[in-house]
Amino acid sequence: MEPRTLFQKVWDDHVVVQEPNRPAILYIDLHLIHEVTSPQAFTGLRERGIKVRRPDKTIATMDHSTPTDPRALMVIDDQAKVQLAMLESNCEEFGITCYPLGDSRNGIVHVIGPERGFTQPGKTIVCGDSHTSTHGAFGALAFGIGTSEVEHVLATQCLLQRKPKTLEVRIDGKLMPGVTAKDIILALCAKIGTGGATGHVIEYTGSAIERLDMDGRMTVCNMSIEAGARAGMIAPDETTFGYLVGREFAPKGADWDAAVERWKQLRTDEGASYDKTVTIDAHTLEPMITFGTNPGMGMQINESMPTADSFDDGSQKAAYEKAMRYMGLEPGRPLSGQKVDVVFIGSCTNSRISDLRMAAGVFSGRKVAEGVRTLIVPGSHDIKKQAEAEGLDRIFKEAGAEWREPGCSMCIAMNGDNLEPGQYAVSTSNRNFEGRQGKGGRTFLASPLTAAAAAITGQVTDPRSLLLS
Amino acid sequence: MAKFTTLTSHAVPLPADNVDTDQIIPARFLKVTDKHGLGDSLFCDWRYLKDGSPNPDFVLNEPASQGAQILIAGDNFGSGSSREHAPWALVGWGFRAIISTSFADIFKSNSLKNGLLPVEVSPEVHRQLMQAVNLDRTTKITIDLPTQSVTGLGSLEATFPIDEFSKHCLLEGIDQLGYLFSFDEQITNYEQQRT
Ligand code: SF4
Repeated sequence: MEPRTLFQKVWDDHVVVQEPNRPAILYIDLHLIHEVTSPQAFTGLRERGIKVRRPDKTIATMDHSTPTDPRALMVIDDQAKVQLAMLESNCEEFGITCYPLGDSRNGIVHVIGPERGFTQPGKTIVCGDSHTSTHGAFGALAFGIGTSEVEHVLATQCLLQRKPKTLEVRIDGKLMPGVTAKDIILALCAKIGTGGATGHVIEYTGSAIERLDMDGRMTVCNMSIEAGARAGMIAPDETTFGYLVGREFAPKGADWDAAVERWKQLRTDEGASYDKTVTIDAHTLEPMITFGTNPGMGMQINESMPTADSFDDGSQKAAYEKAMRYMGLEPGRPLSGQKVDVVFIGSCTNSRISDLRMAAGVFSGRKVAEGVRTLIVPGSHDIKKQAEAEGLDRIFKEAGAEWREPGCSMCIAMNGDNLEPGQYAVSTSNRNFEGRQGKGGRTFLASPLTAAAAAITGQVTDPRSLLLS
Repeated sequence: MAKFTTLTSHAVPLPADNVDTDQIIPARFLKVTDKHGLGDSLFCDWRYLKDGSPNPDFVLNEPASQGAQILIAGDNFGSGSSREHAPWALVGWGFRAIISTSFADIFKSNSLKNGLLPVEVSPEVHRQLMQAVNLDRTTKITIDLPTQSVTGLGSLEATFPIDEFSKHCLLEGIDQLGYLFSFDEQITNYEQQRT
C-alpha cells in the first residue's frame, strides 16, 4: 500500500461514497452543537419532517451567549434567552444529549468534547463553529461547518466534502522558558498569514509538538483556522492516550486496549508526502503578541511594529494603515509598555487547567495593576472545580482578578462581557478582528503568561521579566 | 435554493483585504433563530454611525450602490468564523455574487449553499474590475455560470473556477441535502460495517 499521511488515513476511513467529479460523502462520528449555529438547522429538519439520524452521535452545549458573572447568572437579553431555550427544546424534541447552562458538565464546546472523552483519535468531528479544529490535537479530523451543513449532518450523519490538500508544519527543537504553545501558533499565523493555509489540512509534526501536553496541542490546533486551514491534526501518542484513559466516554477495559492499538496506526507513514511543508525552529521563538486586526498581524513581544513603508504591496499597506488607525497605534513603534485596560484569560484557545496554572504562576503573590479589569474564565465546570481544588481561584482573587463562571465570554462578547469602545485588552483568545471583543474594542492576542504579566504591570510586558524575578 | 445562471449588475467596490466574518456580521447579531432579516445588519459597524444613522462615507450607503447584486471585495474575503449568517446577511442585502482573488474555505462553502456565487479571479482582472467600477459606478458586469465567465468593461473576459458539483447545484437550484438523502442505503451499509 502507498504510504499515507495521518489525514489521508482518517479521510479514507470515512468515505462512504466517492463518485467521479462529485464531492465525497464523508461519515461523521461526532457532531457537537451549540445555541448560535443550530436553530435554523433544526427549523430545516422540522420543515421537511425529518428526524436526527444519530442523536447518539450528537452532543449539545451552551456557551456563546451564556453569562459568566457568578453573582447574577442572568442571561443578558431576551434574544439570547430565546436562543438558549430553543436549543434545549430542540434537543429534547430530537433526543439529543444537552449540557445546558448550570449543568455540571457544561462548558465551551471545544473544551468539553475532549474533557468528557468524546473526542478521540481517528474520529471525524464537526461543529457549526470554526474552532472545531481544536479536536485535531487528538489525531481526529475535526473542522467547522456552516448551519446548512449542521442540518446535513443532523439528517444524514454525513457531509459532502471535497478533499483538502495537506500542509505539514514541522516544529523541531525546544521552547525557551516563557514561550508557550500559544506563541507557536501566533508565530505560524505571523509567518504564513491568515490565508496561508487556505484549502489545506495542517499536520503539526516535530519534537516541539511531541513535547507539548494535550492542553498545549489543543491551543495550537485551535488556531489552525486563523491561518486559514480547514483543520489541524497531531498524531496521537502516549501523551494522547494518557489524557484520554478513564475519561467518561473513552473506551474501557478490553475496548480501550483495542482502541489504543488502532490509534497507534494513526501516524503519517514513512515516505508519505504533503502538498506543502513549513518549518519553524522552536528554539528561536519568543513570546508573541498581535498588534493589528487579524491574527496574522503579530510579532515577537520586544519587536517594533512594522513601518507603513515596509509593505511593497499597495493594498497590504492600506490594510495595515487602516488596522493601525483602528488600533490607535503608531507604526514603527514597539508595543511593549502600551497601556492596557482589560486582560482576558479564557476561550477555547487558553482556558484549560494548564493555562490557568501558568497564569496563576505569574499572579501568585502579586496584585493586578490599578485600573486594569482582569477576567479569568475557565473553559468548563470541570476545569473550574479543578482550579479551585488547587487553590488557583484564591491566587486570582487575592491578586484582584475576577474569577468567573465558564463560557466563551469576552472571546466573542455576546454575553455581556465586552470591551468598551477604545479600550485595549490583552486577550488569550484567538481573534483580534475589529469589534470582536466589543464594538470599538482593541485586542492584543497573547499567551496566558503574557496576559497575566500585562494584568500585573498594566501594560504590554514580556512575561519573562516577571518569571525570572 | 435559488437558481443561478447569468447575472448582469453594477457592483459595489470594497477593496479591503481579509474582510472577516465579524465585519460582515458582528457577533451580537448571531442571537437570531431565523435566517432572514440580517441584510440590515450587514457590515453593521462600518455602515452605521454611533447614533445609529447611516455612515455616508461607507460605500454600501452610497446611492450608486443601491440595487447592486455584485460585491467586488479584497483578497481572502470571509475569513474567521463559520457563521452562515455572513452569506445570509449578504444575500439579505441583495448580493448574488462576490468577486475576489480568494475566499476563506468555510465562507465559500456556506455561500454556495445559499445561491451566493464566489467568483475567484486573478489579481490582474481584479485590479481592472476594481478600477473600472471605482471610476464609473454604473459599470455593468456580467457573470455567466454556465461558461464560468466574467465579462464587462468592453473587452474584459475572464474565467473563474468552480467545482462541477457546486455548479450543477446552483444551475439547477438543487439542494444538497436532497442529494445526500439519495445515498441513504450506502450510509446504512457503512454504519453496519463499522459496528
Ligand atoms: S471561546 Fe471563542 S472561539 Fe471558542 S467557541 Fe467560544 S466564541 Fe468561539
